[in-house]
Parts: sequence; C-alpha cells; structure tokens
Amino acid sequence: MGRYVIRRLLQFVPTVLGAMFVLHYLTSVAIQFTGNPVRAIFGDRTPPQSVLENLTRRLGLGDPCLEQPFNPCFSLFGKRLDAIFLHLDFGTDFNERAVTDIVAGALPHTARLTLIAILFELVVGIIVGVLAGLRNGGFWDYLVKVSTVLLIAVPVLVLGLLVRDFVNVKFGNVLRGVDGMPELISRGFFAPTWSSNHPWASLLMPGLVLGALSLATVARLTRASLLENVRADYVRTARAKGLASNRVVGVHTLRNSLIPVVTFLGTDLGALMGGAVVTEGIFSVPGIGRQVFAAIFTGETTVVIGIVTMLVLVYLIASLAVDMLYAVLDPRIRYD
Amino acid sequence: MTADVTLDVEGVADPSRTGPALEVTDLQVEFRTRAGLAHAVNGVTFHVDAGETLAILGESGCGKSVTAQAVMGILDSPPGFVTGGQIRYRGKDLLKMSEQQRRAVRANQIAMIFQDALSALNPVFTVGFQLAELFRKHRGMSRAEGRKRAVELLDLVRIPAARQRVRDFPHQFSGGMRQRVMIAMALALDPEVLIADEPTTALDVTVQAQIMSLLAELQRERQMGLILITHDMGVVADVADRISVMYAGRMVEQAPVHEVYARPSHPYTKALLESVPRLDQKGRQLSVIQGLPPTLTAIPPGCAFNPRCRYAREECRQPPVPPLYEVADRHASACHFWQEVRQDD
Ligand SMILES: Nc1ncnc2c1ncn2[C@@H]1O[C@H](COP(=O)(O)OP(=O)(O)O)[C@@H](O)[C@H]1O
Ligand SMILES: [Mg+2]
Repeated sequence: MGRYVIRRLLQFVPTVLGAMFVLHYLTSVAIQFTGNPVRAIFGDRTPPQSVLENLTRRLGLGDPCLEQPFNPCFSLFGKRLDAIFLHLDFGTDFNERAVTDIVAGALPHTARLTLIAILFELVVGIIVGVLAGLRNGGFWDYLVKVSTVLLIAVPVLVLGLLVRDFVNVKFGNVLRGVDGMPELISRGFFAPTWSSNHPWASLLMPGLVLGALSLATVARLTRASLLENVRADYVRTARAKGLASNRVVGVHTLRNSLIPVVTFLGTDLGALMGGAVVTEGIFSVPGIGRQVFAAIFTGETTVVIGIVTMLVLVYLIASLAVDMLYAVLDPRIRYD
Repeated sequence: MTADVTLDVEGVADPSRTGPALEVTDLQVEFRTRAGLAHAVNGVTFHVDAGETLAILGESGCGKSVTAQAVMGILDSPPGFVTGGQIRYRGKDLLKMSEQQRRAVRANQIAMIFQDALSALNPVFTVGFQLAELFRKHRGMSRAEGRKRAVELLDLVRIPAARQRVRDFPHQFSGGMRQRVMIAMALALDPEVLIADEPTTALDVTVQAQIMSLLAELQRERQMGLILITHDMGVVADVADRISVMYAGRMVEQAPVHEVYARPSHPYTKALLESVPRLDQKGRQLSVIQGLPPTLTAIPPGCAFNPRCRYAREECRQPPVPPLYEVADRHASACHFWQEVRQDD
C-alpha cells in the first residue's frame, strides 16, 4: 500500500506539469493574438508607454515571446515553474493581490458547495437506488428510472438556470411576501443568489443542482449493482444463516453493491469541479469557479494557471483518496 | 412408503437426536419465468433421521439444489415458488410457519453447505466476521465472544493457525480450506440437519476425500442428519446410509446404499452406476447415458426418463407417471418394469 501511494504521488508530477503546460500554452497563444491584457486595466485611457511596460514586466508578462504567435514561451514557463515550485509563489492578479490569497478567500465556498453536492448525491442517490432495486419492476423503480434519465439528459447549466429562475426567484418571491416566514428559508435556502448573510443555507440549492446529475448516476449504479448482487451466492448464504432481511440487504448485499459507486465517485470528482464553475456562475457564489471565470475574461493568466494548478492537485489527491477507499471496501483489491 | 428404522447408534449424546428429523413429502416447486413454467421439483418425498446420511443423487439440472433451497426457505422468489407438499422438521411443517419462525430454524436446526465456497462466502468480510455474525445475531453474543467462537470453529474444522486466520478474507484461503470455513459456518449453531449441496464438486480430487471424511466425522460426532447432494456416484458409497435417486424433479429410486449397488431397480440408477469407473471392473467399457435430461418446461408425459430408457415401452410414454413401487424392504423404484430391471444384469 505504502509503495503504491508513493508511486501514485510520483505520477502526479507529469500530470501536473502537463496540465500546467497546456494552460500556459493556451493562455500564451491567447495573449499572442489579442495583445497585452495589461492595457485593459487602463480602460479607455492610453497609459504612457513607460508606465505600461513597467507594469507589464512587474506582472510577468514582459517576455517578448508573447508577441510572436504560437511561440510556446518555454523560458516563461520555466520561470513560472521556478516561482511556483521553488518559491511557492503563485503570482498575483493585476491588482497585485496574491493568487494564494484569492484562493484562500474563495476555496471555502467551493469546498462547501462540493461537499453539499457529494453528500446529497451519495445519501439520496444510494437510498433511491436501493429502494428502486428492491422494488425491481414496480412503480417506484419505474419512477426512478424515468426521473434519473431526465436528470442525466439535462445539462447542469440548464438545470441551474431553471431552478434559479423558477424556484429561487419566482417561488422565493412568493415566500418572501409571506409574513412570519423565517429569513433562513426565504432569504437563505430560497435566496435568488448566494447571500453572505446565510453562507450555508444559500449554498444548499446550488449544491443540490450541482449534485443532481451525479445523483442520478449514483442511483442508477446502485440499483443495477444491487440487482446484480441480490442473486449472488453469498446473499443466499446470508439468508441460509437465518439473518433478518434488513441485515442481508443492508450489510451483505449493500457493501458489495457500493463498490462500483465508489469507482464512479473517483471520476465524478472531476465532473463536480467542472460543474462547480458553472453552478457558482449561475448562483453568484464567490468561489473558485467565479475567480477563474473572471480571470479568463480579464486575461489574468497567472491567476488562471495558479488556481487551475491547485485544482488539479486537489483532484489528484482526492482521487487517490477514493482509490484507497475502494481498497477498504473491496479487500480483494491489492495495491502493490 | 418404507418404514423408518431408527438406527441404533452408540454414544448418542443428545437423546432427542433420534428418529426422523426432517421429512419432505410430495414437495413441488416451480419457476415462473418468461420462458415458461419450469417444473423443477414435482413431488419429491424423502426423510432423514438424526445420525443418518441420505445421499440425493442425480444429473445436474434435475432439481437437487432447488429441493435444498426449498427446504432452507431460500428460493429466489420470484421466480421460484413452492406450490405443494410438506417440509416437516421434527413434525412441524416449515411451510406453515411465519417467516420469522422459519428464520429461527435456519442455521439453528437446519443448516446448509454450498457447492462453491468462493462465491458462497461474502468476499468483502473476513471469515471471522461471517462466523461470528451467527453467534451475534442468533445467540446475542458480543463481537469479542463471537470472534472467540469463530476461532474455535476454525479449529474444529482443522484450519491451521485459526487465531490468525479469522482475520483473513475468503479469497486468501485455498479451495479446500474455504470449504472447511463453509462447513464451520454450517455447524456453528449445532444444527440437527445438515444439507450439503455438492460440497466437494468444486475441489481437487485429493482435497475432496479430506473434506468428505471431515464431514462424515463431524456428522457422526454430532449425530446430525446429513443430506448429501451429489451427482457423483463415487462419492456416496463410503458415507451414505441411504440413497435417493432423482430425475427431472422426482425421486425415481430410494434404497439403502448397498441395495442400490447390489440391485439397482430403476433404469436410470442402473445407467448412473454403469457410468462410474470401478476398481473391480477395470478395463470395462464405461457407458454414458444417452441423450440429455428433459427441459423442465416440457417434461415428457409418463415416465420422464422414457426417451433415454432402453426398457421403455408404450406404457412408459403415457400418463400416469409411474408411482414408487416397493420392490424390496425399504427399497422403492418408480419404474413399471422394475422386475425386469432387477433381473437383468
Ligand atoms: N433461479 C432460478 N430461476 C429459474 N429457474 C431456475 C432457478 N434455479 C433453478 N432453476 C431451474 O431448476 C432446475 C433445477 O436446478 P437445480 O436444482 O439447480 O439443479 P441441480 O440438480 O443441478 O442442483 C434448473 O434446470 C432450472 O431450470
Ligand atoms: Mg445444484
């Protein structure tokens, strides 16, 4: 196990470097074609050439390669690696605010959002999947099958906008008109956008939206895998042991049925992080996604690279953790 | 039917452990599948006494496992349904009990060993957990007590280093050791009847013998009624007291073991015997039974064996199904022409 973890950690190196280089190259090409993004800081005003050049150099965008289309700017990439890995300096935005500070401010929101989504998709998804599996072919099973297909078919963007406009705005407005309605509900859970007065409550709806798609997949996976396992020989053994059916299903069948769900969770983390960017945009949550969005629009390449690099690291570590969990659930898996 | 003879066994620890423990009468099981109605068990009758071994013999697909599952009450239902008959444990009909009462019988009074221990043991729990679970759920013991009993059980079935091995998962055992775990699990609550469904089929020949002798020894020690299900005529000779031969969901012959070998009275039994290699008849041509067992959705009318039978006549192709004729003391055969079969050698 220990050696496996070390090997996986070593594999992170090319993954992270590769991701960084792709980001670096894309942002460099963008600058090579659209011109120095620093000019935008001055808006309509034309700054004196010396001031502009000074600022550009300070922000690390003074390299002449950024004026030559398709130049990969290897020396600039080297400088970035040097700053990030040797000095833990992730750079600044155009206002010279450290990227690490930006992340520190935004990360808690994203972490909460993702946590809500994961809890929602796992708890509700597994319960719904188990019920559907146990009532195979019944009405409830049918309902779950249809509704999960619908959820999977609707993109997060559409679902998010629909929920925001119809549930949080329209229905929320009705609630906000009701006397004696607790603030936590009318301006928290049903807040039209994220509100700093209710940092958790107003994150719930975006979290549900973010988790909905994966919830549908978790429910279907649990259902299919439970159906496959209820006929397994060891389940028959468990019944022959005179165990109550709650225990046969809840302990013997479920534990095996959850193995594919955990595998899915590993790949789902990436999808959730992508979905978080969209969801944060829709509900104006000041999380990481919003920051990346903003940085892309203003051409703050350092911010984009810094944040996305951290996200890649978070993703890699989380999926390693999921793989460990997988080994705990299924003792036949041996990492060595 | 044949009279029950209580075996006079020395050293019976528990005096209640005599007489018929399990009696199955006219059991019928069907599977309602999309492909049609499969009549897997069509009126099976047998009984097993405490301290006695009954072998149920038959080709694969003839309904042996389904019979065992029906007795245990663990049929996959749907599609499987018991549609008739009685299953009496010590006189009480299990089919009339509530699910809760039946659950209490499982493992406590009637336990079962499955063919393939690798798939029959849960892959994600340690064998210690799976053994201790029985004591925790049926006897209300703590985890620690259960664990202690699990070690004792592994010792009982002679698994070396039991204290360490309780912590292992099923896949970490060899095939033979895994089957020993299965046996330990079945014996945990000291049942009176043990059903072993092809307990050695998945094992190497050398290991088969060890497992069979372990099973036979434990059965003798504990005065259990053992129902040994097998399709292998070779396995039963040494351990069984009586044999019931099954074909297409029916018993076609029932007799003490030596009777079956000396004077088989049903063409199917005879054919089975001729397909077993025997040391005393080395060099003899082994015969295989021609044809296949019938599909259970379309069992031929009359005697189900008639399409494969060399004694078959017109009478055999017409209903009714031949009844179990009493051909000798405690020996029954469901063949109209049993006399001919017995004479013929
Ligand atoms: N779960 C099931 N669903 C449908 N049919 C079944 C099922 N289990 C058994 N059967 C039917 O019962 C027949 C007898 O099976 P079984 O008792 O397992 O045979 P064996 O004598 O080899 O143990 C099979 O041929 C099959 O048609
Ligand atoms: Mg079988």
